[in-house]
Amino acid sequence: MSLLATGLSPVAVPLFAGLLDAPVGVAHYLVVGAILFTSGVVCMALKRNALGVLMGIELVLNGANVNFVAFSSPYLRGEGAASLGLDGQLIALFVILLAAAEAAVALAITLNFYNNHATVDIDRADDLKG
Amino acid sequence: MMSIMLASIVPMSGMLAALVGPWPVAAVNWHSVLFLLFAAVACACAVAVVLADNVVRMAFYLVLSLAATAGLFFLAGAEFVGAMQLMIYVGGTLVLLVFGVMLTAQSPFVAIKTSTSDRVLAGLVGAALLAVLLQAAFRVEPWRRPAMAAVAAPAATPIGMALLGVRVDEPAAGTPPAAVRSGYLLPFEIVSVHLLVVLVGAAYLARAKRRRTPRAIDVAASSVGPVVTAREAVRSSASALVSGGQR
Repeated sequence: MSLLATGLSPVAVPLFAGLLDAPVGVAHYLVVGAILFTSGVVCMALKRNALGVLMGIELVLNGANVNFVAFSSPYLRGEGAASLGLDGQLIALFVILLAAAEAAVALAITLNFYNNHATVDIDRADDLKG
Repeated sequence: MMSIMLASIVPMSGMLAALVGPWPVAAVNWHSVLFLLFAAVACACAVAVVLADNVVRMAFYLVLSLAATAGLFFLAGAEFVGAMQLMIYVGGTLVLLVFGVMLTAQSPFVAIKTSTSDRVLAGLVGAALLAVLLQAAFRVEPWRRPAMAAVAAPAATPIGMALLGVRVDEPAAGTPPAAVRSGYLLPFEIVSVHLLVVLVGAAYLARAKRRRTPRAIDVAASSVGPVVTAREAVRSSASALVSGGQR
């Protein structure tokens, strides 16, 4: 455990010190959600393949879902902390449904672009450039 | 769900204790260990999606990341959301994405490289965003100290009743007891109509292209002056006849 704790910043040490024997809290889930969200944003900004941009969008929505579920969870809540209750899980469900709808439409647009331009490189989508 | 999971894990901890000997297995919180496993897979595969250049590998890493996130949902007590994540996301949306990858993955497009300067810039921006988010996550004290006292009821029935507009779940902690809680019947209906519209729109956008036949007006515009083919003359006279007959 001390091996895990050395070399980390003083803020992170109380969170990571008892990672194997202490219960996880909302903050642990927020860390996972933050990493998923950041990966999705970087993926959206970096990929030149249109399908890669779509995967970045999926990662961003998934990071937000992790946060919603963590805030609604009865197991992770600390003493005196407010909770979303069941609302968080319902919002997460709606996010999943809307992500499915968005993926269907975005994939149709991508296939249409591929039919017209014979590529999926989004740098080539400059027909409207002035 | 948690009790079932823990009950199935406890004999495993005994076996582990026999295997590893001095390691204090009884002190290990298996909920935390499973969280660590799923979180590591989810985060590592999400970073791998960013770092991979091959679009097929990106899709595979995304499947792993989303499935591990479903495991995190199960560990948080949201078993219905976790099941929906597996069925809709991993089973539906990602199959759709993989179909898109297969339809467009011809050899020049499988790996489209990004320039190194863009990578460095995006890495800096991403690190800054991650630093802000992590600081916000560590800032609030009660988020770091879970109580682990409550044993929650299964959430599937309250979710189904809430989608019908009736709330049967306990009010969340911190809300006044007399607060009116909204059901989710209207958003449910809106989402169902939205899915129908999206289905029709996606089928319209991705339909097979018909071969374009030149319309008569295009042919007439492209042909110069009185040079009209005999076929066009017949067609225009026939249409004039039809329109005259309608009058």
